[in-house]
Amino acid sequence: MNLTWMAWTLPTAIFFITILVLLCGMAIWEYASPGGNPRVGVLRFETTRGDRLFLSLLGSAFIHLAWLGLVGPNLWWALALSVVYAIGVFRYV
Amino acid sequence: MERTWNNKAWFMVLPVLLLVAFSAIIPLMTVVNYSVQDTFGNNVFFWAGSEWFEEILHSDRFWEAMARNLAFSAIILIIEIPLGIFIALNMPKKGWGVPVCLVLMALPLLIPWNVVGTIWQVFGRVDIGLLGYTLRALGFNYNYVNDPFDAWITVIVMDVWHWTSLVVLLCYAGLVSIPDAYYQAAKIDGASRWAIFRYIQLPKMNRVLLIAVLLRFMDSFMIYTEPFVVTGGGPGNTTTFLSIDLVKLAIGEFNLGEAAAMSIVYFLIIMLLSWVFYTVMTAYDAEQ
Repeated sequence: MNLTWMAWTLPTAIFFITILVLLCGMAIWEYASPGGNPRVGVLRFETTRGDRLFLSLLGSAFIHLAWLGLVGPNLWWALALSVVYAIGVFRYV
Repeated sequence: MERTWNNKAWFMVLPVLLLVAFSAIIPLMTVVNYSVQDTFGNNVFFWAGSEWFEEILHSDRFWEAMARNLAFSAIILIIEIPLGIFIALNMPKKGWGVPVCLVLMALPLLIPWNVVGTIWQVFGRVDIGLLGYTLRALGFNYNYVNDPFDAWITVIVMDVWHWTSLVVLLCYAGLVSIPDAYYQAAKIDGASRWAIFRYIQLPKMNRVLLIAVLLRFMDSFMIYTEPFVVTGGGPGNTTTFLSIDLVKLAIGEFNLGEAAAMSIVYFLIIMLLSWVFYTVMTAYDAEQ
């Protein structure tokens, strides 16, 4: 199958594989512990672990954009900040 | 009672997943790939990294289009939601008036977007259009072609004309689902018209209003065809919303990398705002 029209690059492939691995991980987690572990966290409304993953990914995207806009093109610190943010979301939201 | 979890049911969504993959996920992946590269055509790409994103985030043109789009969405939501509720509350609940009103309300929704644009483009013309000609005859200096304020008014009124019906139909569906017993109880308690609206009708319309706000926000934030046909984004750039700017960038200037980066930022903002709307309204619903 010729996928050159999709203009794949190694970094974007790694990015999408990471997302896929995260989704597979969530599916396995759901299989092992069904129900999505709903709870009320700091946002004062019920979230499941799927919601927490969504918030982590969306928040990380904005952290990267804010870093690019306000600091500069070196995104490794933005990535580190996103990981800390995601851990925070899964722990407290 | 213990709930039974049967995860095999998830296989039932596989066909939808495949459909969404082809119509949304694969194109989105391609856009992400484009956003980190530059091309001059012929399927040859050069790595650009985060360059396009930086350019977009520092571009006045992008933020101005964003501000115009947010203002447009806010204005049409402020007008269409209360107006839709008001019309739905005053629509007949039984008799021959019901089908007549429903058909009248559904008519603007049946007209294709480019046709709506063309109708309003002609309607607003000062030489042959009923609206433009009448306003001129009444002494108003109306001209949507070269006056930014008139262009905005025209685009907003056009959107209100086209989409308020959707809010009306959704609210009406919510209203007719309220059992008569609620109204009888309110009558016995001597509730005022406002109290009936505030404590019976509005809570019962909550879910449909959530859908109406979400649909209208997303649609208005992505609006392209109607303003493009009526004003072409002008005069100047005064009605150039994000989608019009995006098409100018991608097709007009063939700047695919920058347009892809802009699409992703645009997509993320729509996702964030939709999530905020949805969460706020469902949390309010749960509280009720």
